[in-house]
Amino acid sequence: MSEEDRNWRELPLGATWRSSCEYLTGDWRTEHPIIDQEVCTRCLICFMYCPEGAIKWDEEKNLVSIDYDYCKGCGICADECPRKCIEMKRDE
Amino acid sequence: MIVGLSGDEAVAYGVKQADVDIVAAYPITPQTIIVEKFSEFYDNGEVDTEFVPVESEHSALSACVGASAAGARAFTATASQGLALMHEIVYIASGLRLPIVMAVVNRALSAPINIHGDHSDMMAERDSGWIQIFVEDAQEAYDATLQSFRIAEDLNVQLPVMYGLDGFTISHTLQRVEMFEDLKALDFVGRRELAKVRIFDKLVDYALDPENPLSLGPLSLPDYYFEHKRQQEEAIYRSSETIKKINEEFGEISGRYYGNGLIELYRIEDADLSIICMGSTAGTTKEVIDRLRADGKKVGLIKVRTFRPFPKDDILKGIRGLKGVAVLDRSGSYGGIGGPLFGDVRNAINDLKGEKPLILNYIYGLGGRDITMEMIKGIYDDLESEEKHDLVSYVGLRS
Repeated sequence: MSEEDRNWRELPLGATWRSSCEYLTGDWRTEHPIIDQEVCTRCLICFMYCPEGAIKWDEEKNLVSIDYDYCKGCGICADECPRKCIEMKRDE
Repeated sequence: MIVGLSGDEAVAYGVKQADVDIVAAYPITPQTIIVEKFSEFYDNGEVDTEFVPVESEHSALSACVGASAAGARAFTATASQGLALMHEIVYIASGLRLPIVMAVVNRALSAPINIHGDHSDMMAERDSGWIQIFVEDAQEAYDATLQSFRIAEDLNVQLPVMYGLDGFTISHTLQRVEMFEDLKALDFVGRRELAKVRIFDKLVDYALDPENPLSLGPLSLPDYYFEHKRQQEEAIYRSSETIKKINEEFGEISGRYYGNGLIELYRIEDADLSIICMGSTAGTTKEVIDRLRADGKKVGLIKVRTFRPFPKDDILKGIRGLKGVAVLDRSGSYGGIGGPLFGDVRNAINDLKGEKPLILNYIYGLGGRDITMEMIKGIYDDLESEEKHDLVSYVGLRS
């Protein structure tokens, strides 16, 4: 039985499905953010505002980065950045 | 233990004894005493429940959805406009198959604004996929509280349950209530066990757990929505068996049986005429029947306890052989054919083999209008008369 062929008796309870981590919503994107690491002060305002939790902060390396698997390219980070160091570029 | 309690207090004691993990509720007349009483238990340290005083009913049920999805035993209570405000989340709770229990202290819906009892609030949620029970008195309100957790959390059911008690008539009236000792009640209700779901080849608990992430309430488009809803429909049909089983089990430990759990037949065996109704009016009707029986009238009652799942076959068994049936509705279905209970009963009667009884609808008690013994006797008289009947009539209406 393939996952796609389950009938109404075989489906899991309550429309449960696999983990949403497996949905790579990054491919909905038309624009992607790029952080200028030279100008970025690690204020983490973008990290707080990202509605997808797609901005990662590595405390040890003191690095803020984008997780492009999930970033939908909404541009909120670029808009909120006080240093204006996040640029939205059209996806290829 | 025998105590004097109002219906609302009886519910609060039931919730306390069921050892719920979370109560999220917003006060609204005539449900207020449930939440007031429970917050007293909380303040006295008598319960270790998480008490969430939310800012609206929409949030109350949302909090219960979250808690129940995390595996908790969740309870809320509301009435009328509060239930209407919950509407969006009502469907989400059942669609996600979360065993939440909700007491609804039945009250008329606005407008015009009214705080008294009728069934229009719960009828507006008729098709929501919740199990719906209507109780007759404070004792049944207490008993239904304990039973509802068992029904909702049963692994064959996994559906939310709302049970209605008539506003003021039951909620605010002091009655004799037999309560279990705490341990006996808890022993009956038990602990919530989690259902399992198969995600690919892995069988996991149906609960939010960071160690075993799973998505609850994901998108289900034209490709799968239909299958999910069909599965939900089957679950509520199948819950009838569980409700009957729990009614039996409850009867064995308390001596109190509510018919077969779905309907209760009162003096129907050799009856010619019967009333079909729900809620506190069933109690008044029983008293009327006893008096009419003393005068030799062959009258009986079919009390519908679970409006959803609708006990079609059980009602048909009760109706078989009757000459006339009066269906009493405490809410309207504006622009429809009579009230909602009438619609279902009349629909069911189509499956009755042989001669069908006369079936009439009586709308009564809207906005808390009294339904007296005299009025109920009048309904039996009307049903018996040879005169031409209206399909739908209004009891106690100025006309």
